[in-house]
Amino acid sequence: MTAAELDIDGVTLTAGAHRLVEDVSLTARPGELIGLVGPNGSGKSSLLRAVYRVLRPATGQVSVDGADAWSLPVRRLARTVAAVVQESSAEFDLTVREVVAMGRTPHKRLLDGDTSEDADLIRSALAAVDATDLARRPFDQLSGGERQRVLIARALAQQPSLLVLDEPTNHLDIRHQLEVLGALRRLPATVLVALHDLNLAAYYCDRLYVLCDGKVSASGPPADILTPHLLAEVYGVLSEVTIHPRTGAPQVTFLPQ
Amino acid sequence: MTAPVDETGTEQAVRGRQQSDRRTGPANLAVTLVVLTVLLVVSATMGLAIGSVQVPPGQVWGILTHALGADWSTPDWSGARETIVLDIRAPRVLLGAVAGAGLAVVGTALQALIRNPLAEPYLLGVSSGASLGAVVVIVLGVTWFGPVSLSVAAFAGALGALLLVYATARTGGRITSTRLVLSGVAIAAVLTAVLHLLLLTTDRGNEARAVLAWTLGGLGGVSWSTLWLPSAALLLGIGILMAQARNLNLLLAGEEAATTMGLDVARFRARMFVLLSLVTGILVAACGPIGFVGLMLPHIVRLAVGGDHRRVLPTAALGGAVFLIWADIAARVVAAPTEIPVGVLTALCGGPFFLWLMRRDARRATDRGGS
Repeated sequence: MTAAELDIDGVTLTAGAHRLVEDVSLTARPGELIGLVGPNGSGKSSLLRAVYRVLRPATGQVSVDGADAWSLPVRRLARTVAAVVQESSAEFDLTVREVVAMGRTPHKRLLDGDTSEDADLIRSALAAVDATDLARRPFDQLSGGERQRVLIARALAQQPSLLVLDEPTNHLDIRHQLEVLGALRRLPATVLVALHDLNLAAYYCDRLYVLCDGKVSASGPPADILTPHLLAEVYGVLSEVTIHPRTGAPQVTFLPQ
Repeated sequence: MTAPVDETGTEQAVRGRQQSDRRTGPANLAVTLVVLTVLLVVSATMGLAIGSVQVPPGQVWGILTHALGADWSTPDWSGARETIVLDIRAPRVLLGAVAGAGLAVVGTALQALIRNPLAEPYLLGVSSGASLGAVVVIVLGVTWFGPVSLSVAAFAGALGALLLVYATARTGGRITSTRLVLSGVAIAAVLTAVLHLLLLTTDRGNEARAVLAWTLGGLGGVSWSTLWLPSAALLLGIGILMAQARNLNLLLAGEEAATTMGLDVARFRARMFVLLSLVTGILVAACGPIGFVGLMLPHIVRLAVGGDHRRVLPTAALGGAVFLIWADIAARVVAAPTEIPVGVLTALCGGPFFLWLMRRDARRATDRGGS
């Protein structure tokens, strides 16, 4: 697994006449863990969808290692970029292992079988999200948190150099939130992740991009940008930000009015 | 196992474990396929043996091996029996196997492509489209494509109906079961009405009666000379679908997820729609619309071998062949000497199955919503 560079350059995304994202630029250097934060509807998911090729930019460009993501063949891109998306799946009796095995597809030709190398990759992907015990369970019958971990394992099995995740810690209990983000932290790949929890984002991410109304309000290392002023402006809430003595990361405490 | 059970997952986790134990992981595919192949040979033998004239299974094999040039047994049967087995029953049993296998794999693929467990060529009006196409050709007497005109028209009708149902059922990138079934039923009703209108107003009165019987689905009247086209369609269909099995799996993860794993969903679906319409059209042209095989078989097969299409497709093909051979035997026997259209019998099993499936899905949805 290697790490890719992601360049989002002046991207505007529209849905009909509505602007979802306007003139956003973002750079993730190889190996960085970049957090995308912002209120609901700020355009985080839309921006991610432009990266994993579901929502085509009206203007601007998304490049991965210098190549335009939207002019590569879908399969080529899938060997470099993997994603964990927010979408429910149908009910079709696949086991967890079979779901993770899907991640190997972009690396396979028409009639290739599963090799022992694939089996190893699937096993280590499951282990990375603490889901080894789930391997033989039917995917349909997992709890929301278990499913989320399995989908992350599927993306890992894809061996991406750039991993894009849309709120992967949703539905997870706190222990698994820490485990999943820790696993992302340890990946050699570049990671772009949309997160709700500012404290987790501050602790795990190298840099944050704060989106508000489809535009970037601030970007930079968490300690530089997470200020009560910014949070008041973006989220409309009062807060206090301290540097936590044990973690050294900014700690946001919200102050209810 | 030290994994903590979260407060919402307890009951579900326990149920999940019971379920997975019952299935003991992925069932052994090879064993399933061998069992089904043996079953297929036995079923085909019975299909050749049972009917208004009973031929003992041993004699069936005697006739078959003799016809293939092997003299394992001395011919102690009448020429009439030989004709019944070789020229009347054998093509019929083969067509049953081909149609059963074809409908089962079409249903399997359609359920993945539309991402809906209730998808099936008959329920979606695809078979009605094919029937209408075929009837138009018969009534107008069109023969632009020579002997395969009927199949070409059935293919066009099937594709048209499939695209229409797909377009009307899809809103906001999603297809709900309700919309799918409703548009399928509505479109099938309209197409069938047009078909009946055509038949009743045509001046070829005696032909109309035969065609009307054909629209109920039946395997009678097939001969060796018309068997090659359905067989070729089946082989082509299974071959391509098996090669695309991984991509069909990807669709189970959702359209966006499938894209992120390298599948050009729109293009793939368009190509597969053409393929499935081709197979359905040719099968309908050969034996009329036979319903519910494409619905029942995939679901039963998934219970046994799981949802991976590399396992489901070959298993469903064999299972569908066995099922339709027996359905046809029943069609010949239950009301003998009157022969019942096999489509009537498959609907008799399929309707209740459909209702069970609908209730199961509703139950699953409630379980999930409650957790």
